[in-house]
Amino acid sequence: MVFVVIVAAIIYILPSWKPALWPHKQINLGLDLQGGMHLILEVDTEKAIESHVERISQEIRELLKKKRIRHVAIERVEGIKISAEVKKEESIEKFRALLDDEFRDLRELSDKKADGIQTIMMDIPDSDRDQIEKLAVDQALETIRNRIDQFGVSEPDIRRQGEKRILIQLPGIKDTQRAKDLIGKTALLEFKLVDDTQSLDGALRGNVPPGREILYKIDEDPQTQRTSKTPFLLKKRTLLTGAYLTDARVAIDSQFNEPYVSINFDKKGARIFERITGDNVNKRLAIVLDNHVYSAPVIQEKIAGGQARITGRFTTEEARDLAIILRAGALPAPVNILEERTVGPSLGADSIRKGLLSMCIGGLLVVIFMVIYYKKAGLIADTALLLNILLIGAGLAGLQATLTLPGIAGIILTIGMAVDANVIIFERIREEMALGRTPRAAVDVGYDRATLTILDANVTTLIAAVVLFQFGTGPVKGFAVTLSLGVIASLFTALILSRLIFNYISVNRKVKTLSI
Amino acid sequence: MQFVKPDVNINFIGKRKIAYVVSAVMLLISIVSLIIHGGPRLGIDFQGGTLIQVKFSAPVKIDDIKTGLQDIQLGKSSVQQFGEQETNEYLIRTDSSVMTTEGFTTDVKKALASSTGDEVDIRRVEMVGPQVGRDLREKALFAMFYALLFITIYISGRFELKWVISGVMAAVLIGAVYILTLFSVSIPFLILVALLVALVLFWFLELKYAMGAIVALVHDVTITVGLFSLFDKEFTLAIIAALLTIIGYSLNDTIIVFDRIRENLRKYHKNPLEVILNRSINETLSRTILTSLTTLLVVVTLFVLGGGIIHDFAFALIVGVAVGTYSSVFVASPILLAWQGRQRKK
Repeated sequence: MVFVVIVAAIIYILPSWKPALWPHKQINLGLDLQGGMHLILEVDTEKAIESHVERISQEIRELLKKKRIRHVAIERVEGIKISAEVKKEESIEKFRALLDDEFRDLRELSDKKADGIQTIMMDIPDSDRDQIEKLAVDQALETIRNRIDQFGVSEPDIRRQGEKRILIQLPGIKDTQRAKDLIGKTALLEFKLVDDTQSLDGALRGNVPPGREILYKIDEDPQTQRTSKTPFLLKKRTLLTGAYLTDARVAIDSQFNEPYVSINFDKKGARIFERITGDNVNKRLAIVLDNHVYSAPVIQEKIAGGQARITGRFTTEEARDLAIILRAGALPAPVNILEERTVGPSLGADSIRKGLLSMCIGGLLVVIFMVIYYKKAGLIADTALLLNILLIGAGLAGLQATLTLPGIAGIILTIGMAVDANVIIFERIREEMALGRTPRAAVDVGYDRATLTILDANVTTLIAAVVLFQFGTGPVKGFAVTLSLGVIASLFTALILSRLIFNYISVNRKVKTLSI
Repeated sequence: MQFVKPDVNINFIGKRKIAYVVSAVMLLISIVSLIIHGGPRLGIDFQGGTLIQVKFSAPVKIDDIKTGLQDIQLGKSSVQQFGEQETNEYLIRTDSSVMTTEGFTTDVKKALASSTGDEVDIRRVEMVGPQVGRDLREKALFAMFYALLFITIYISGRFELKWVISGVMAAVLIGAVYILTLFSVSIPFLILVALLVALVLFWFLELKYAMGAIVALVHDVTITVGLFSLFDKEFTLAIIAALLTIIGYSLNDTIIVFDRIRENLRKYHKNPLEVILNRSINETLSRTILTSLTTLLVVVTLFVLGGGIIHDFAFALIVGVAVGTYSSVFVASPILLAWQGRQRKK
């Protein structure tokens, strides 16, 4: 049985040593050993709900217009509530009919009348809220995955953590800033009309007309590296969003030799785009990304075919990243970075080197000590020790667990502690021999008496390791894994393997004294 | 070769009063140091903040680094040397108001390169938001609490066959703590009180072995934390890992002694408890010293060779192993003696 285990262990560990021999599972290296980035993002689900409510408000406004119900003002207030102000009596009935017909799900919070104006407050039911939040996180997960796929990282790990957090691990990544920017950008692309009829200065001084907003264009002068903000007065209503995009590509403008992003709309989007450009020739259309104006070109003519350009002093890299983001889609809600750990590749390599060095020297010291103190029996303990390390390595590879720097420390710790089991047994054997037993009997009794003790002692270490595994993250988890594997391995080697060797020696060699 | 002769007979139990004093002093120093420093020094894992590890190709002055940081509005950060002298590595730490925004690392690199006139290699960046920091703090305390409770059940079961009583007690404590967390009670305070309540329950439920073991463990952890505070070292996730390892390891020692005590109690039940305890400790002395020695061999190697990050971790382990061995002999076993006094009163 022991043979099988040993052979299996060697098979498991081979791939990590010489991958060419056996293309199986290798030992995973943690981020702190191979370098890379670890991010925990939180999806701002509150904002997702706000956008949803905003959309509903828009829908209501449009339907009111279509059905010619006048004197009703719809606004989104307090983040996620909708307030409807009805100024004329006759509209109330028609408005309520509209609500009943098309917006039955909305929950009515209050209905007050003051100064002849009826104000109805509404919001969305809790079940809707929960669904939106869940959908937002799912979509964010999917979008981020798409973006990272296109970025080209090998073996990224992207997964959900809890209700609204996303864990991202990108091993071996070098340009961490770019990756972070790529992941974190909400990338909400909107097309809005610039309002040149009203006074921009008046708005800047505080008189923003209803249904209008001020957004800025940020320019960085490549020579002076100073940024400047240019304000634009826009009509709030979003005419077209990035949701209608089918493709986005980098292209080079032949005239100025500058890169730009060429985008394609789907059929519906193309139709809308055609209508917008047709209705607004000679007006400016602002291309807004994440509430920053990218550019606001003048519409020369009606554009059919659904193609457009986004220009604006890009480097090729910036253009490429923008194309990636537009292709992957916008995040349904902004994400906040809660935790970030980045290890540069140089540190990773250093850590491995130092870890292995400590392991070799520490191991060597222990091996020498065991031989000095317990003579030949010490050699048996040392063999068990070497096998231990082999088993831990195989366990790591087999379980696809991750080896981290604390994990290496865990292996080194196991070296010290594995000896413990052997020490207990050997001390017992020495005791029994001092009492006058034959070597063979001493070995038997020694093992029997010691087994329970060893089990007890190691189980408690195992409890601590399991608790640590549950609570720890990343590197610490790696430590818990190697510690647990080490405990199990040392139990195996001490109780079963070394006993076999002892028995073999005392039975087959018929020794009269034990070298212990 | 033998360190400890087979017929050794040191009167450990007899010397226990001295041991109590030593322990009390060490505990006092630890607690005082903690109070003076306002609790253990928390790393960014538990407090939130940003940590940057930078490496220069030549020695630089810390002041130059600070000037560079000031240029990018990071003047409030702390800078300290990291690792060995020759590596020219420094740790920059800022509080949670600075998040890794767009272009952060490039800005830092530029600023430092210009203020020190040297090439900068950013080895590691870690940013932990305040909420995550707080979460981790609570998780750490709960992890230790649960570990202690599970260990209690295991020991009470194995040594006194009191599986059910200890199990029920642990369940009740966990339940009570859980309910109280819903009321937003301060977590560290809660865990401390729960621990004290547990100890009192040990006394009343006569969970002798568990009490001895847990008191020894709390003793070890407190002294380790205190020493960390004394040397002004930082608490990171890795240190909590070290603490949990120490708990498991110190328990090892304690159980070995308890095991022998249990065996000897059966063999020599006519002898007074003090004699049995002494004999058990002496019999296991050889083994206790040896394992501590081999583990220390290994951990000291880690301490010396492991590099900056492992360094503090190894320090915690060294202290823990040393104190753990001491407590198994001088704290856990004498507590069993206290029970005898109680049983006589019955």
